[in-house]
Amino acid sequence: MGKDRSKITVPLVAVLLGFITGAIIIMITGKSPLGMVQAMVRTLTGFDIYGRSSYNPYYIGEFLLQSLPIILTGLSIAFAFRTGLFNIGAEGQLMMGSLAAVTVALLLKAPFGFHSLLCLLAAAAAGALWGAIPGYLKARFNVHEVVVTIMLNYTALHFSNWALLLFGSVDRVKTSEFPASASLASKFLADMTNGSRLNWGIIPVIIALVLYWFIIEKTTFGFSLRAVGFNKDAARYAGMKVERDVVMSMVIAGAFAGLAGAVITLGTFNFGRVLPSMEGYGMDGIAVALVGGNAAVGVLFSGLLFGMLKAAQPLMQSSQIPREIAGIIQSSIVLFVAMRLGIEALLDTLKRKREGQK
Amino acid sequence: MKLFLEMFPIALMFAAPIVIAALGGLFSERSGIVNVALEGIMMVGAFAAAAVTVVLEPVTPAAAWIGLFVAVLSGMVFSLLHASASINFKANQVVSGTALNILAGGLTVYLCQIFFRQQRTKAFSSGLQKITVPGLSDIPIIGEMFFNGAYPTFYVMVVLVLLTAFIVYKTPLGLRLRACGEHPQAAASMGIDVYGMRYFGVVASGALAGLAGGVMVLSADIQYTVTSIHGTGFIALASLIFGKWNPFGVLGAGVFFGFSQALSFYAKDIDFLAKMPTEFFYFLPYVLTIVALIVFSGRSVGPRAAGEIYDAGKR
Repeated sequence: MGKDRSKITVPLVAVLLGFITGAIIIMITGKSPLGMVQAMVRTLTGFDIYGRSSYNPYYIGEFLLQSLPIILTGLSIAFAFRTGLFNIGAEGQLMMGSLAAVTVALLLKAPFGFHSLLCLLAAAAAGALWGAIPGYLKARFNVHEVVVTIMLNYTALHFSNWALLLFGSVDRVKTSEFPASASLASKFLADMTNGSRLNWGIIPVIIALVLYWFIIEKTTFGFSLRAVGFNKDAARYAGMKVERDVVMSMVIAGAFAGLAGAVITLGTFNFGRVLPSMEGYGMDGIAVALVGGNAAVGVLFSGLLFGMLKAAQPLMQSSQIPREIAGIIQSSIVLFVAMRLGIEALLDTLKRKREGQK
Repeated sequence: MKLFLEMFPIALMFAAPIVIAALGGLFSERSGIVNVALEGIMMVGAFAAAAVTVVLEPVTPAAAWIGLFVAVLSGMVFSLLHASASINFKANQVVSGTALNILAGGLTVYLCQIFFRQQRTKAFSSGLQKITVPGLSDIPIIGEMFFNGAYPTFYVMVVLVLLTAFIVYKTPLGLRLRACGEHPQAAASMGIDVYGMRYFGVVASGALAGLAGGVMVLSADIQYTVTSIHGTGFIALASLIFGKWNPFGVLGAGVFFGFSQALSFYAKDIDFLAKMPTEFFYFLPYVLTIVALIVFSGRSVGPRAAGEIYDAGKR
């Protein structure tokens, strides 16, 4: 019971501390934290607590939109975590997935609906392949996956920029628009949210969440993965194929991240983009996975939380708070979650002292 | 050959921040704390150096050097976060370091917006200047390679490599530091303050990585932006592994990566490379890093206790 409770309370306390840290930094730099609160409430509910403007569901749509890719990268990192691997490479896997989606969208002709499905599958496959590299290197040569995945992020960035330009581009920053058959855009969802960019990308995200839960909790394969994550040597002794599990774990993690690339490219933008630098979806995913406790439901909620924080950025900027406060809050939350062992130990000593006094 | 000599100062300019940051990583990991936050600390150092240089430039010609000094200090302060999280609060060191990397990106640009009302610092006009050492630069070949039009940061790098080697291998402090990274419980039983040594290791890495960031922005850039460091901290981390946690190995690895980066500037002058797309040279250093890691995989062994949470009761 105690352990179950700390699974929820620790992230909640960390989130609270993170927002307090953010508010303190805003105050030190001479701004009002109320602007942050206003931006977040408006993003979450569409209402303006100042009452200066009327209810607008556009903000809810944008908030859900921002949550979609980071729920997927969150699943990617959480999946690898479960096998004891730290996948910092979700960003690169996402970019390769995005590249694959662009390729299929622009080069292939297929009927409506089927085309976008092909794009999504291609993206997942490309991400899986990119994830397989560090998985294989870890299993075969025992090269640390953290360094390899970081290097592969930069490789993916420059490689996909080069490849995207082969399709011909507008001003060397984006490809031409995709045909309607490949797009995930949804008039229904956009109308419902007053013209936000919310789109059918919501469906692959839901499927991915269910799939994650099913694989991890309900299959022997998932059990084997978790066993490797708990204790590699014990798992090997029990006859589990540790090397295979390491590779497969990274493959599936890569597939989730690759899917995120397709959701962004086909849903939010509808064209391929040449990027000057990384966008941080992989880093967001680390925060999402950690706060979500590497479980499907947790990832869903923490993905929504950080999606809200991302979507609130423009509103914060318009009330004179630099938008980067979102990154500061996010990283403080990660830091606080990471310190849970120490915080728990600290609380234990305090408790014992208090009991000792009685 | 002439081209190779021309490349030398540029390659060393790229190598200096890599090597200096990697030396920082060396102190930290030798004490038993993995530091993937090198990248973030470099960003903080680069921001501090650029901001101070911009502000002091009209006042004093030594602005860049004062900027470097402030970079060292801010790197030390920033690294204290990693130290307290991973030493006192028993955080997973890779996670804590990653948090610092995200934090650095947010914090530096946030401060840019507060101080300069834009996403970057203002541009400084001169930064660090290339120098030519009179006399020494006339020596054939060697003069061309090391003393003609080199950045002074190259000499700083060489001094730091020697200093690090001396501290780590020849002083009692270095011996204690290494003991904490190999077997902290044994070190503690001999009366060494494991927590103190690890704090020293992490803060030293903060000082060096902060300096590296300052060096990088002041020699290769005109202002600080969020992409100023673009992964150099991670390459430094790879250099540390590649150089087998040894100062001279780190120097060799760093110079190697410096050359691979300089190649993108000179590729157009080399026939068989000129046909390659530029992006190829952008990702070349990262691919080479992976190859190097595979080649050295079996043989490179880091400090044994690096990355483990210190539990005084464990035997």
